[in-house]
Amino acid sequence: MEHSELLIDWSRAQFALTALYHWLFVPLTLGLTFIVAIMETIYVRSGDEKWKTITKFWMGLLAINFAIGLATGIIMEFEFGTNWSNYSWIVGDIFGAPLAIEGLMAFFMESTFFAVMFFGWDKVTKRMHLTSTWLVALGSNLSALWILVANGWMQHPVGMHFNPDTARNEMVDFWAVLFNPNAVSKFLHTVTSGYVLASLFVVAISSWYLIKRRDTQFARRSIVVAATFGLTASLFLLATGDESAHQVAQNQPMKLAAMEGLYEGEKRAGIIAFGLLDDTKEIADGKDPFHFSFEIPGALSFLGYHDVNAFVPGIDDLLYGNKNHDLTPVTEMMRQGKIALQALKDYKKYKKEGDSEKTAESLKIFETYQQYMGYGYLEKPEDAVPNVAISFYSFHTMVGLGTLFMLIFFISLYFTMINVIEQKRWFLYIAMFTLPLGYVAQEAGWIVAEVGRQPWAIQGMLPVGMAASNVAATSVMITFWLFAVLFTGLLIAEIKIMLKQIKIGPEEH
Amino acid sequence: MEITLYGLQVYWWFLVSLIGAFFVFMTFIQGGQTLLYTLAKNEEERDLLVNSLGRKWELTFTSLVMFGGALFAAFPLFYAVSFGGAYYVWMTILFCFIIQAVAYEYRKKPDNVYGTRFYETLLYINGSLGIFLIGVALGTLFSGGNFTVNEYNFSKWTQDSYGLEALLSPFNLAFGLMLVFLARVQGALYFYNSLDNEAIHSRVQSVVKKNFTIFLVLFLYILATILLQDGYVYDESSKVVSIEPNKFLHIFLNSTLSLIGFTSGVLALLFGVYTAVFESSSKAIFLTGTGTVITVTFLLFILGIDNSIFYPSLSDMQSSLSIENSSGSYYSLSVMAVVSLLVPIVLAYIIVVWKSMDKTKLTVEEIQNDSHHY
Ligand code: HDD
Ligand code: HEM
Ligand code: HEM
Repeated sequence: MEHSELLIDWSRAQFALTALYHWLFVPLTLGLTFIVAIMETIYVRSGDEKWKTITKFWMGLLAINFAIGLATGIIMEFEFGTNWSNYSWIVGDIFGAPLAIEGLMAFFMESTFFAVMFFGWDKVTKRMHLTSTWLVALGSNLSALWILVANGWMQHPVGMHFNPDTARNEMVDFWAVLFNPNAVSKFLHTVTSGYVLASLFVVAISSWYLIKRRDTQFARRSIVVAATFGLTASLFLLATGDESAHQVAQNQPMKLAAMEGLYEGEKRAGIIAFGLLDDTKEIADGKDPFHFSFEIPGALSFLGYHDVNAFVPGIDDLLYGNKNHDLTPVTEMMRQGKIALQALKDYKKYKKEGDSEKTAESLKIFETYQQYMGYGYLEKPEDAVPNVAISFYSFHTMVGLGTLFMLIFFISLYFTMINVIEQKRWFLYIAMFTLPLGYVAQEAGWIVAEVGRQPWAIQGMLPVGMAASNVAATSVMITFWLFAVLFTGLLIAEIKIMLKQIKIGPEEH
Repeated sequence: MEITLYGLQVYWWFLVSLIGAFFVFMTFIQGGQTLLYTLAKNEEERDLLVNSLGRKWELTFTSLVMFGGALFAAFPLFYAVSFGGAYYVWMTILFCFIIQAVAYEYRKKPDNVYGTRFYETLLYINGSLGIFLIGVALGTLFSGGNFTVNEYNFSKWTQDSYGLEALLSPFNLAFGLMLVFLARVQGALYFYNSLDNEAIHSRVQSVVKKNFTIFLVLFLYILATILLQDGYVYDESSKVVSIEPNKFLHIFLNSTLSLIGFTSGVLALLFGVYTAVFESSSKAIFLTGTGTVITVTFLLFILGIDNSIFYPSLSDMQSSLSIENSSGSYYSLSVMAVVSLLVPIVLAYIIVVWKSMDKTKLTVEEIQNDSHHY
């Protein structure tokens, strides 16, 4: 049941649009909930009312962000069904559990204690209020956990087997799904990226107050908390990013090759620190993929395999095989995959006809070749290559910016500690204008993860073409534009409201 | 004792019904949103209503998300068939909820671009169209959808209106309207209970009377239709779907639990409304709420038990869905059954938290003094 290209493209576009919008708000929630919890803890410990004002101010901004986070989140969940219904059936048995747990454990926790956090200041004890604030932080991070477990599974499916009767994957080991190394590194990397973004947010806005020379004590205190949190988180981010790359190398070598624009595999493969891709480059034409590039030798081997001398396969090796390194060419996987698909078809047919001997026979063939079933859907080997330029530039943007953020946190903490931050106006401007880059890095990260996964909805098993719902492409076009207009309209309102609240400032809040 | 797959399927269908019922009760928020200009006569009163709803709206929203999540988890084939097929209906429902999520927080904020009235309109759309369409979608569980499912369990909708054709059925329309009027009754009763404001109180009773009367007529029509209609049944051993006249009537007669449950739910609802209207009881919402949860739970539950089909296909009877042919695997359902033990804990903390938050009734003064208000 292959769908039309048009339908698939629009379905992808719609998912990308809504996910990218959702992701504009989620990382701030993930991090800011912790930052306000830390601030409130300082308030409760010290009894200093100024800290209460600080806490309440950042909470106010959190509420504005949170509302639109929910608005964009609800659509994500249902889109699995509306736009990827075949996929929902095929993965439902595995995916359902994390999503249900997410709702039960995380969303209710968030929404219940969120109300206490905002409306409970004079209704519950200080302790209970503080506990609620921490529970909101915990809840929001738990919601990230379960959805990322689901996403990790798509990148590296484990803990299941394919049931030919129901034609879907069924979970056989919940713990394998939960502790999927890919999911673990994904979770840790993603939540820490949220902490980094939220810290940038607080530092940037506080810098604006310092530039305006108002609420300076408030701003300096906020910077100390946020920069400390951000700097610590940045170190974790680096470590978990390294682990993410390691996971990609293990399970999605094609993605890694695309991220680095590596066509011909090599030992001591380097990371391109800067590079401009040549857009006339074709697969296996032997041309240098870059107009120019500056490379750090051995770094990619190290990142991917924790060994500077390791061999990193390139796109050409993965597609056409490499005997020296025991790589099966995609053409071969496709051949086996097609046998598996045919066997599955026969199995269904014979079973219906009640021919038990032939049923058993086709099942056996199916099981032998099942490993590459997903490849059977591909038309040509080149379909197995994701968009190199998008993967490459997003990856490099993310990593480059990560380094910059670390520097920003370090300098702002240092300047605040030695009490000169208010004089360093050049730096305050830089800190302020780094905030949008935080969002760029976030979105870039997901683009690496999701575009680099193409053509697979589930790595090696289900290409996106098979995953979509069987609706008319025009229906998806209509909803795409509705979402685009609606979310943009809401985003504009959100930004305006946020800016106004920042202008009003902490005192009157 | 070894639990069978069928046992798990029934358990999960019950849970799904319960979550759905809890959501239907929680739509008092949406009902309340449609009463902002009926119960309040000035800006101050309206703020009071909005703030009173605004402290709980997320629970309703989360229940809807949970309802979807539980369906996906336990009956993935239904999720795939219905969401991917009745595309326009579900998408419109989602739109109605997206706009709700921002409306409370942004309504009164300075520089909110579109103005207070705009956000109130969003609340109204969410409360009316949103609930109406959810009712229509629930109605199709009894009246059926136009889909087919092939041997790979891939599904396809057979009408280009992708679910909108459900609006042509009087039964579905009545189902949708029934939920809207129920929500309005509960919304009014909720205000009765949660606010300390004479003027608003004085208007509640007539709103309850009017809306409840309409609700009751629709409810009786729906009930009669369900009891008289032909039901579909599924035979697990032959995997064949066939028609059984008066199926739901039989279920009620065979399953004492469902009959008693459903009837007591309806009685609690009626009695609750009675206490509000004739005894001016401000606690009526607790009775009507309990009644709603029980009634709806059993209304949905009977769709799943006794070999009944819970999502009939109008295009190809054999594609119809029962809890047996659309559920997750044994392993997955049992893992989630363990997780479902969290439900009482979650309910418990929600109740405890709200008890301490709702110790005093909301007044205009409190809102004006609170740093965070809508
Ligand atoms: C502030 C944002 C941010 C920053 C500075 C970084 N990351 Fe990141 N990265 C993310 C935000 C992010 C993310 C948005 O959270 C992603 C998207 C999906 C995911 O798992 O996390 C991600 C994904 C992601 C992936 C792809 C994972 C996959 O395909 O499953 C890799 C390999 C890295 N990151 C590696 C790094 C490295 C080596 C960094 C060096 C400092 C780095 N990231 C900084
Ligand atoms: C594509 C898959 C995703 C789905 C289906 C999804 C679903 C949802 C839903 C339904 C909500 C509203 C929750 C409520 O009612 O309280 C929500 C909010 C939220 N989601 Fe997502 N989400 C997705 C991606 C993510 C990711 C990747 C993360 C984190 C890493 C995340 C973290 C959150 C958080 C923290 C919230 C709380 C609200 C907010 O941040 O404003 N989500 N999501
Ligand atoms: C919130 C953060 C996320 C962002 C920004 C994001 C981004 C994207 C993008 C850009 C695409 C389109 C890729 C393409 O077609 O080339 C996509 C597709 C998709 N993503 Fe994500 N994603 C996020 C989280 C998730 C999570 C947590 C899941 C699953 C649990 C998920 C599941 C999917 C699916 C099913 C598709 C459609 C099939 C496909 O194109 O592969 N996404 N996402």
